[in-house]
Amino acid sequence: MAEELRIVLRNADRIDPLNIDDYLAAGGYRALEKARGMNPKDLINEVKASNLRGRGGAGFNAGLKWSFVPPADVTYVVCNLDEGEPGTYKDRTIVEKDPQSLLEGMAICAHAIGSRQGFIYCRGEYPYVVEHLRKAIAQARDKGVLGDFDIQVRMGAGAYVCGEETALIESIEGHRGEPRFKPPFPGVAGLWGKPTVVNNVETFANLPEIVLKGAAWFAGIGTPSYPGTKVLTLTGDVVNRVAIEVPTDTTIRQVIYEFGGGIRGGRKFKAVQIGGTSGGFIPESLLDTPIDADSMRSIGATLGTGAVLVMDETRDIVDIVTRIAKFFEHESCGKCNPCREGTFRCYEIMKKINAGRATAADIDNIMLLSKVMTRAALCGLGQAAPGPIMTTLQHFRGDYERKLLS
Amino acid sequence: MADYQEIIASYRGTPGGIIEAYHAVQREYNYIPAEAVKEAAGVFGLSEAQAYGVATFYSYLSVEPRGRYIIRMCESAPCHIAGAEEVIQAFEHALGIKVGETTADGKFTLELTECVGQCQGTPVITINSQPYAGVSAEQVPAILAQCK
Ligand SMILES: Cc1cc2nc3c(=O)[nH]c(=O)nc-3n(C[C@H](O)[C@H](O)[C@H](O)COP(=O)(O)O)c2cc1C
Ligand code: SF4
Ligand code: FES
Repeated sequence: MAEELRIVLRNADRIDPLNIDDYLAAGGYRALEKARGMNPKDLINEVKASNLRGRGGAGFNAGLKWSFVPPADVTYVVCNLDEGEPGTYKDRTIVEKDPQSLLEGMAICAHAIGSRQGFIYCRGEYPYVVEHLRKAIAQARDKGVLGDFDIQVRMGAGAYVCGEETALIESIEGHRGEPRFKPPFPGVAGLWGKPTVVNNVETFANLPEIVLKGAAWFAGIGTPSYPGTKVLTLTGDVVNRVAIEVPTDTTIRQVIYEFGGGIRGGRKFKAVQIGGTSGGFIPESLLDTPIDADSMRSIGATLGTGAVLVMDETRDIVDIVTRIAKFFEHESCGKCNPCREGTFRCYEIMKKINAGRATAADIDNIMLLSKVMTRAALCGLGQAAPGPIMTTLQHFRGDYERKLLS
Repeated sequence: MADYQEIIASYRGTPGGIIEAYHAVQREYNYIPAEAVKEAAGVFGLSEAQAYGVATFYSYLSVEPRGRYIIRMCESAPCHIAGAEEVIQAFEHALGIKVGETTADGKFTLELTECVGQCQGTPVITINSQPYAGVSAEQVPAILAQCK
């Protein structure tokens, strides 16, 4: 029987999240003290060597990202708590159960890049999380543990694209949340043009344990190319709809059957979509794949945010993909043509297929359109939007063909 | 009720604070009145068109008047397969309005939303941002009765 391994959620349900003394008694802020005794370069090298890869979706080596920040008078640390990916509630869970580990992780990053100001960008749908964080920050300030590093919370307002790091920066600056052209990357010119590190909540929350126990300890857990654990959120037709934290060499099958308790109502498995609403749909035959980002990519899927949406044999795949196409049509910011027009047409064609009014030519068209969007869209939203369409056409083509006009 | 001018003025010194100011106005008024958009443009040094552009970019902000209770139904895929459609129909039926409308007495507004991050308990609605998990069509009358 596979077991959970808790690094990020090590204090979850064991301490009072809004009592910083509990966190300190559990060893909190010892890592920050240790980090502050290190030369920033050595600290960055340690994080790089741990091979901690971003937990917000893109999977970039965190230490490497920090190493791009040039020496500057003003730099910023930004935490991405936008968590707009459907099926995902991990960052909320981490922050609700142990906010100080996020703050400590951000302060460690601040020491590495010489920053005195941090921002947490929290989605507007989580006003109660904003309050919770503000209390935690006030406690950390009162204790003096953050030193000269300060953290402010800013609220998003219901735009999925604002999770994209440059759109997020635009939003903190008070603008419409439209992604920027890259380069320059935020590490060089980000918030108000200053070097800025943007990391996900879960990425930051891993740092205290990495600093305390060392890079080699972390690099030895799970899959070598994407080590550590991943917090997964289980939804859909699975018995246990819970958040779990497991080593990255855990397989999808273990996630669904051992942690998730299998399919509800004794029904049979049909598909699982991992990584959020742009993730690929995975059939039964690929369930023995480990969840790490590289193994997932090798089967044409993603780890993404770690959302796990399980669908049983009764589910209508084409209907679900149509709903997802509506999501992207709604959330496209409209800045670039391949995505603005592409998400609109994808939704239009999916509705036609779902209503039983399409022919084989529509399937050819949507495949072609999907390829164009993947290559030509400006940001990750438009590039990833066709993923569910392409993977379901690959693995569940019969479901489409049954709905075509003959 | 705090004045929108006062609310917006309190964010004057916050760089990029216009979105925070809009949130604060919306907490008081349930939406952002046209005069508040104009005021914010002045305070944050934007054109009115830009200030309006910010307010309308974000689906959580509304420039249309709304009811005292804003009910939002999540329709993202996990809630969709858990039966969001039946729940939304039950609300439409009970309130006699369609999605996007407000009841004549100004009490309820019904909206759709994408995932609100409570997907352990699908299907999910929020009432004035407070989440309710595992909602079924049968529970709708009782939920509405709680809104005094
Ligand atoms: C459309 C879109 C939405 C995104 N949403 C999020 C999000 O909600 N949270 C997040 O951490 N990263 C999100 N990302 C990824 C960020 O752009 C960025 O890669 C990430 O915050 C970097 O942190 P990490 O390296 O620690 O993962 C999103 C990307 C795209 C293209
Ligand atoms: S890909 Fe879509 S969301 Fe991204 S910039 Fe283009 S239009 Fe906006
Ligand atoms: S999918 Fe409905 S709350 Fe997340």
